[in-house]
Amino acid sequence: MLPPLAVVLFATAISLIFFWVPEDAEDPAQRIFYFHVPIALTSYACFGWGAWKALRVLWKRDHRADVESYVAIHQGTIFGALTLVTGSLWARATWGHWWLWSSRQLVLFLVLFLFYCAYFMLRFSVEPGPRRANLSAVYALFGVVLTPVSFLAIRLAEDFIHPTVFTRDGPQMTGSMFAAFCVSLAAMLTLFATFYSIELAGKRIDAQIRELREALS
Amino acid sequence: MRYFTDVATLARKDLLLEVRARDTLPAMLLFVVAALVVFHFALPSEAGDVAGLGLLWVAIVFTALLGLSRAWVAEREQGVQDGLVLSPADRSAIWLGKALSSLAFLLLAEAIALPAFWIFFTGLDAATIAGVLLADIGICAVGAFVAAMSTATRARELLLPVLFLPLAIPLVVGGVGASVVDGPGRYLAFLALYDALFATICWASFEYVVTE
Repeated sequence: MLPPLAVVLFATAISLIFFWVPEDAEDPAQRIFYFHVPIALTSYACFGWGAWKALRVLWKRDHRADVESYVAIHQGTIFGALTLVTGSLWARATWGHWWLWSSRQLVLFLVLFLFYCAYFMLRFSVEPGPRRANLSAVYALFGVVLTPVSFLAIRLAEDFIHPTVFTRDGPQMTGSMFAAFCVSLAAMLTLFATFYSIELAGKRIDAQIRELREALS
Repeated sequence: MRYFTDVATLARKDLLLEVRARDTLPAMLLFVVAALVVFHFALPSEAGDVAGLGLLWVAIVFTALLGLSRAWVAEREQGVQDGLVLSPADRSAIWLGKALSSLAFLLLAEAIALPAFWIFFTGLDAATIAGVLLADIGICAVGAFVAAMSTATRARELLLPVLFLPLAIPLVVGGVGASVVDGPGRYLAFLALYDALFATICWASFEYVVTE
């Protein structure tokens, strides 16, 4: 059910963004906004979902939640990388620089990206088992605290690194812009749900095959 | 009360081991002074004092990392950790004891590093020193925690900087802000907030790092 829904939502979102939404005369590259921001929000949703599953690992001793938490964070890291790429393209098209330290969201995503890449290094250097589930879950929960703290830190750092020159808080979104934005966000979230269920099914089959192989040998 | 006695005993054990073996502290002292000398040559003369203050924070974070990478070696190699987990002490006391002993090492290293910085580069104001003290708490609380995590992995000490540095970025922001900005109050408050938040989450979740 999810994959067709994702395809339909994506087709709708793309046609709305390119054919319906009025063009911003000052910033032709502004259409990236309809991809960049939904991708970023989806990435937060992935990390949040991963942290919720991590909490279940520690709290309810739910061993199925371990792989669910991992898959959510894996998808979140992919969406996070896409956020960095789309943000960088937007910055290049609009302001002529590939990277802007004055863009809070981009800097925050860079910090989070580094943090969650370390999650994979941690996870893959521990033998599978309850130990690994615990360590991964604790680290995933650290992310929930780190995200707002880093956001605050980046805001504070602007006072002595350099003041904000560019802001993305442009004019308020009009009705059609907001509608296109919401469809795009729904498409991204459905895409995440699709990838999540596919990867999760793959991991579960993988684990079953391993168990069967061990039972045979 | 039992809890604090356990913490004090564990911290005292680490300090006693250090007094006898002198493994960690001399290395931290030499490292931090050598790092300051390297920074002198890394900074062009027109870079000014503010750049020096920024590098002081780099020196502090990396010196702390050096000490933290040794923090759990005795526990791992001598199998002390299993004994501690089996003992009736609360598991979070193991973390708190280690954080306190790491804090003692870091403070001793800074007792040399800050005067050396004063002589080599520029003077330090009260706000910088307050920032260093507040950041030390956060560095040691989080550092002792992720060092215990990295000890449980195959990659061992290699993983510690990778796990620690993203978590330390807010501390560096708060510390540098307290050193270079005129009104340091906000930055000191931010450092205190970081310490409180992360100390709480470390205290609450350490049990899961050492048990299965």
